[in-house]
Amino acid sequence: MIGFINELRRRTPLGWLQLSRHRSRLLVALSGIAFADVLMFMQLGFQNALYDSNTRLNRAILADIVLMSPQARNSQSLSTFSRRRLYQASDIQGVKSADAMYINTVSWKNPQTRKKTIVQVIAFNTEQPALDIPEVNAQLNKIQLPDTFLFDKGARGDYQQVFDKIEAGGEVTTEIDKRTISISGLFQLGASFGADGTIISSDENFLRLFPKRQAGSVNLGLIYTEPGADSSQVATALKAYLPDDVKVLTREEFIKFEEDYWKSGSPIGFIFGLGVTMGFIVGVIIVYQVLSTDVNAHIKEYATFKAMGYHNSYLLGVIFEEAIILAVLGFIPGFVVPLGLYNLARNATNLPIYMTLARAVMVLSLTAIMCVISGAIATGKLQSADPADMF
Amino acid sequence: MSSVISVQNLNHYFGKGQVRKQALFDINLDINTGEIIIMTGPSGSGKTTLLTLVGGLRSAQEGSLQVLGRELCGANEKQLTEARRHNGYIFQAHNLHGSLTVVQNVRMGLEVQPKIPPAEMIDRAKKMLEAVGLGNRINYYPDDLSGGQKQRVAIARALVGQPKIVLADEPTAALDKKSGRDVVELMQKLAKEQGCTILLVTHDNRILDIADRIIYMEDGHLISDDSVNALAIAGDGARG
Ligand SMILES: Nc1ncnc2c1ncn2[C@@H]1O[C@H](COP(=O)(O)OP(=O)(O)OP(=O)(O)O)[C@@H](O)[C@H]1O
Ligand SMILES: [Mg+2]
Repeated sequence: MIGFINELRRRTPLGWLQLSRHRSRLLVALSGIAFADVLMFMQLGFQNALYDSNTRLNRAILADIVLMSPQARNSQSLSTFSRRRLYQASDIQGVKSADAMYINTVSWKNPQTRKKTIVQVIAFNTEQPALDIPEVNAQLNKIQLPDTFLFDKGARGDYQQVFDKIEAGGEVTTEIDKRTISISGLFQLGASFGADGTIISSDENFLRLFPKRQAGSVNLGLIYTEPGADSSQVATALKAYLPDDVKVLTREEFIKFEEDYWKSGSPIGFIFGLGVTMGFIVGVIIVYQVLSTDVNAHIKEYATFKAMGYHNSYLLGVIFEEAIILAVLGFIPGFVVPLGLYNLARNATNLPIYMTLARAVMVLSLTAIMCVISGAIATGKLQSADPADMF
Repeated sequence: MSSVISVQNLNHYFGKGQVRKQALFDINLDINTGEIIIMTGPSGSGKTTLLTLVGGLRSAQEGSLQVLGRELCGANEKQLTEARRHNGYIFQAHNLHGSLTVVQNVRMGLEVQPKIPPAEMIDRAKKMLEAVGLGNRINYYPDDLSGGQKQRVAIARALVGQPKIVLADEPTAALDKKSGRDVVELMQKLAKEQGCTILLVTHDNRILDIADRIIYMEDGHLISDDSVNALAIAGDGARG
C-alpha cells in the first residue's frame, strides 16, 4: 500500500495534465457526463417516488395481517372477497379482531375548480384506528357523521382554497356520482401515480357512496393479533384454516406485494429501468468519444513513451486515470442539478421525490463503471501507438 | 574495447507470404563503447529499420543482435520494453508531449527508471535542461519553443536517464543549418561526458565530421565502413 502511494507520488499525473490542458474539451466531457447523471438521477428518483407513493397506503395500515382476494393485483385494483372470511378468521387463536376495509377509486369534482379528477376512497370501521395517520385518528368522530369525509393535504391539484377553508374550521361540499358530500377535515398522505388524492371516511359512508356495493363484499380484511402473538404464526394458521378464495399476508408481505406489482407487474418499473439504461449508454458514448479523441490526439506521444520503455499498462493507466477523473468531476454537477430538479418535480407533482445517499452512491458507481467501460473501449486505439511504425 | 552493439548475420523481412520483402541482408556490425557512428545511405536502404531493431522498437527475426550483452533476436514484448530503457532514442520529430511542460517532459525520461525519488527526478531534469541551454525555459510548453529548442528538449529527455546508447534518426532533418549543427554538437558533447555510444542516421553531409566512424547502407546491405570513410574523406577533399 505504501509502495503504491509512493508510486503515485512518483508518477506524473499525465491523465489530469492532458485533460486540464484542453479546457473546452474537458468542459464538454463533463457536461456530457453530468447530463447522463441527471438523466439517471431523475429516472431513479421518479421510480422510487412511484414505489414510495404507491406503497404509502400499505405502509400506513396498522393491521398485523391483511386478507385480500387472490385476484387482487395492487391496492388500486383489489377485487373483493366475502366478509364471512373475517368472521371465520376470528376463530383462530391469536386473532384479536378482524375488520373490513373498503377501497375504491372514484371521480369527483374538485370543489375549487369544479373539474373532475380521480380520487381514492378509503373506508373502515371507525371504532378503531386502521391507519397510522395521526390526523385521521384524531378526527374519527367527524367521519362517523353521514356523508362526511377527510381529505388529503398532499393531493395533487388546485386545492389551496379548500385547505384554507377547512383549516379555518369550515366545511367544503362537493359531488361524487351526484351525491353531495362534505369535507370536514384534512390529513397528510400524498398523491400517487394512480390517484391524485385520497379521501377517508367510515364504512357506512362508503356504502352510501357506492350503493351497488354490498357490505358483505370487502376489499381488505384487517386482522389485529393479540398482544404477544406472533403474526407470522397466526398468518400460517389462517392460511390453513381459510378457504382458497382469500389470500393471507403479513404486514410486510402486504407492502412487498404492492412493491412487486409496481416493480415487475406493471410496465413502469421497466420504463424507468430503460430510462436509467439510456442515461448510462449516453454517458458511455460521450465519455468514449472524449477519451478516444484524446488517445488519437496523443498517439504520437504515446508511441514515444513506448519507445522510451514505458509498458502498455502505463498507457492503460493514463486512460483509466482520465476515466476516473471524468467520472468524479462530472458527478459533481450531475449530483447538484438533480437536487434542484427534484425540488421542482416535488412541488409540481406532490410525489415524494428526494435525494437519498444510497441513490447518490449508486449513480456515482454507475458513473465510474460508465467511464471505465468507455476507457476500456478507448484503449483499443492504443494498439496503433507502435513506435516502430510511427517514426 | 568492449562492444556495446554486436550484430551478426542479421536479416529482416517485412510482410508475410507473397508480399514478404527483405529489408536487411546479412548485416554484420560491431560498435564499441563511446563510439559515435553515423549511418548514411539513400532513402529506403534500411537505415531506420536497423536503428529500430537495435533500439528494441521492433523484434529481430533472424541472425543475432546483441545490445549491452543482451540478445534481442527472439526477445518478447516485455524484454524489448525493458531493453528500451537503456537507450535514449531521438526522433526526427521532437515528439514532446504537448500537455507537459518542458521539465515534465524531461522528467518522463527518468520516471521510466524505477526507484528514482521524485525530488531527484526534478533536480536531474532541471540540470539536464541547463546543460542543453534551456534552464530558463523549464516551465514553458513545447508549443512556445522554436524547432531547435524543442529538439534540444528531446535530447535532454533522451539523455537525462544516462543511457548507455543514444540512437538518433535524422535528428536534424527538421532544423535549419545552424540549429542542426548546434543540436548535433550538443549530443556529441553530452555523450562524451556521459561516456555513451551514439548511433546516428543522417542525410546531412555537414555533420559527418563528428563521427568516429561512418557506415553506409544501400539496398539493405551494409557497405564496409573503411571504404565509406575513404569515400567521405575523398568527398571532403573534393569539396575543400
Ligand atoms: N513497416 C513496414 N512495412 C513494410 N515495409 C517497410 C516497413 N518499414 C520499412 N519498409 C521498407 O523497408 C525498406 C527500408 O526502409 P527504411 O525505413 O529502413 O529506410 P531508410 O533507410 O530509413 O529510408 P529513409 O532515408 O527514407 O528514412 C524500404 O524499402 C521500406 O519500404
Ligand atoms: Mg528512415
